Amino acid sequence: MSLLITIMAGILFAAGVYCLLRRNMTKLIIGIILLSQAANLLVFTMGGIRAHQPVFADSETGTVAAGHADPVPQALVLTAIVIGFGLMVFTITLLMRAHAVLKSDDVNEFNHTDALP
Amino acid sequence: MLPFILIFLLIGSIVPVLLKDKSNFMGRGLVILPALASFVCLCIAGGEVLSSGQSLIWTREWVPSFGLTIGLHLNGLALLMGLLITGIGTLIVTYALGYMGGKSGTMRLCSLLYLFMFAMTGIVLSNHLIILFIFWELTSVSSYLLIGFDHEKASARRSALQALVVTGLGGLALLAGLILLNQMTGTWMLSDLLTGDYQVAGHPLYTGCLILVLLGAFTKSAQFPFHFWLPNAMAAPTPVSAYLHSATMVKAGVFLLLVMQPVLGGTSEWSHSLMIAGGVTISIALVYGLRQADLKKILAATTLAVLGILTFLIGIDTKYSILAALVFLLGHALYKATLFMTAGAVDHSTGTRDIRLLGQLKKTMPLTTPAALLAAFSMMGLPLFFGFLGKEYVYKSVVGGSWLTIAVLLIGNATMMVLAARAGVIPYFRKSIGDLPKKPHEMGLLMTAGPLLLATLGLVIGCFPGLVGPLISFAYTGIVAGAEPYTLSLWHGVNLPLILSLVTFALGFTLMKVLRPAAAGKKVNESTFADTVYEHVFKFVLMVARWSTQSLQTGRLRSYVIIILVSSCGLILWKLVRFGGWPTFEGIGQLNPFITILLVAMTIATLFAVLSKSRLTAVVSLGVVGYGVSMIYAKYSAPDLAITQVLVETLTVVLFAWVVRRLPRYRKLSTGFERFMDTGLALIMGGVMTVLMLKSQGLLFGPKISDKLTQMSYPEGHGANVVNVILVDFRALDTFGEVCVLAIAALGVWALVDKVTTKGK
Repeated sequence: MSLLITIMAGILFAAGVYCLLRRNMTKLIIGIILLSQAANLLVFTMGGIRAHQPVFADSETGTVAAGHADPVPQALVLTAIVIGFGLMVFTITLLMRAHAVLKSDDVNEFNHTDALP
Repeated sequence: MLPFILIFLLIGSIVPVLLKDKSNFMGRGLVILPALASFVCLCIAGGEVLSSGQSLIWTREWVPSFGLTIGLHLNGLALLMGLLITGIGTLIVTYALGYMGGKSGTMRLCSLLYLFMFAMTGIVLSNHLIILFIFWELTSVSSYLLIGFDHEKASARRSALQALVVTGLGGLALLAGLILLNQMTGTWMLSDLLTGDYQVAGHPLYTGCLILVLLGAFTKSAQFPFHFWLPNAMAAPTPVSAYLHSATMVKAGVFLLLVMQPVLGGTSEWSHSLMIAGGVTISIALVYGLRQADLKKILAATTLAVLGILTFLIGIDTKYSILAALVFLLGHALYKATLFMTAGAVDHSTGTRDIRLLGQLKKTMPLTTPAALLAAFSMMGLPLFFGFLGKEYVYKSVVGGSWLTIAVLLIGNATMMVLAARAGVIPYFRKSIGDLPKKPHEMGLLMTAGPLLLATLGLVIGCFPGLVGPLISFAYTGIVAGAEPYTLSLWHGVNLPLILSLVTFALGFTLMKVLRPAAAGKKVNESTFADTVYEHVFKFVLMVARWSTQSLQTGRLRSYVIIILVSSCGLILWKLVRFGGWPTFEGIGQLNPFITILLVAMTIATLFAVLSKSRLTAVVSLGVVGYGVSMIYAKYSAPDLAITQVLVETLTVVLFAWVVRRLPRYRKLSTGFERFMDTGLALIMGGVMTVLMLKSQGLLFGPKISDKLTQMSYPEGHGANVVNVILVDFRALDTFGEVCVLAIAALGVWALVDKVTTKGK
């Protein structure tokens, strides 16, 4: 099953990169969102994936049943999702501010900080 | 005792800055005092060292884990150099106070002179090679500030930068050389290197180490082919030239050669490179000097020649030649500092340093004239002066050697006589006199005391060499293995060196008659070939830097992204190819219908997000992708991730929808070719990442940390949800950092949103 998920991540990477290379500001935002999804999937599949085996300890014995999923990539991805969200919000606001000042949605014109005369 | 010598100088560099009123007697006294204190300190320590015959060593730990100690030592050579540096330094600071005459910048000059004095004293006192290097670099930096003291002048800035570039590069080479030396000998301590017996000559690293150390020494001492920066450094105020570029800094290279000679010397590589560099420098310098009319340029040329002679002598590499180098070095420091100071006085008094105009100054400058005259006589090597002794020993050390070396030194010394006459005799005694910009007058005591003292000292120790004999002898026995203590004496009987001296005099006086200084008005060639080469190399480096900056830093996001993608793809591919083999396709057979349908839907949504003309469609498609990812998490045992992803995705879609409303519609901005290229690049990137993920799934890196964490979760972290326990307990600091990042992002957003909304209205 992991083969299909890796291909999905590959598609997300390709789509994200393509959007990142566009000159339009909206596409840039879409690219960042897609790339962060792809990166999360990459880390998530690193430890090998297992269906329906969440890592929960038995509250009686304190042990986890054998064959459980790997908790470390999950912890890392959890952090990454939240950080990625923070980054995305900040980027969007920054781009909006640039748009308000420069009156342009072309990323190529984002190389100065003053409004054009 | 030893650290105090340095601490006083450091205090000295702060005192001038703190003083408010500097022109009164107290202020001047306070500025001069630290140098004097340091000199006295060194004298006391020196007396101890000379009477005991043992060098002083002082060591404190600095970074014990790196084996780095602040080690100082005072042996004979360090004492000789240290006395010159602090002694002449005291006189120079005094002179500088008079030279600047209370102008603004006086205290800056004094402070920088002290900083330099500190660095230079540090070099000669350091015992640890790395500490020596640090002080070495500090001299480069402080000399940069001193040469560029008149920073309003473009020429001064250029000369300062040139000196910094040349000596700085040499410094880097020196660092590498010292590290290689440590690899070969296993010690960082100079005191060990000077006394121990390290057979480094046959070591594979020897040649590399030698080249690097010599690069350091040659750049600092302005040896061919790095000689060009020294005449340019004359852009500095005269006190600086007198101190740095005659008596001290340029001697740092010679000092380095002297202390390295016991370890690295004794091979033909050592001898040949030193003798060739020294010999070429002597000849270039003297030809250059004869064509100059500026007093300071003439003196700079003779300094170059003297440095060449010293390098040459160390290259001869016999016991006697090292002794001769020491005697010559001392004599040179005394007369050259004097001549520079008198040249500065002449400049101050008449407004020019052009020897084609100067003359008759003996009438108006009764104190400067004898100082210059005595120094010039010492430089010519007339009997009874210390310079004579220096020259005798130089000849003594080459007698019996090749005739070529004798010829080089003979012609060199004779030409030096001509230049000495031009610098120290002609301006005062020539009958004719040109149009002087100012009416000549004598300088105050501050500017005449130093030169008079040094010049007289040259005569006194020339007549009674026994006064400095023990010092030289101690320095000599300290750096030459198996050397016997030596007693300097004036009269050695009629022998070959004496005859050579007489020949030098004859040749020198003849040359003086033949080679008249250039006539007034005749153009003097200022730039040299090496200087031009430096200029071209410098411009070329700037050009390459500009070209690479312009081609890499286009200011366009697209080109940055392409550079990053291509290089990261390349690196990953390189690693994958080196790893070899194809990934294993496990579990293809067990297609889960739910997941398969989900992935197909996500793929379609992704395509819509990228390609759709409508922005709202793009937003909705992004939402589908995001919720799809959260379902993948849910299916594959990560409920926490699924919940978080759903929350975040909802927020993202809402926010993005709000943003898109404020943005203009899509426009077609890229060309078809660009789209084609980008599609290709994107597909390659996606493919590489997929292969990378497949490859990495089959890998197991050592014992898994997850198992340990899973086992500890309930008993240690008291939580059944292992992922949560990891986040809030095992890696709590990470989570804390994450919260901080979010808080900072929120602050940024808040500040920016405020502006965006007000601007929009």
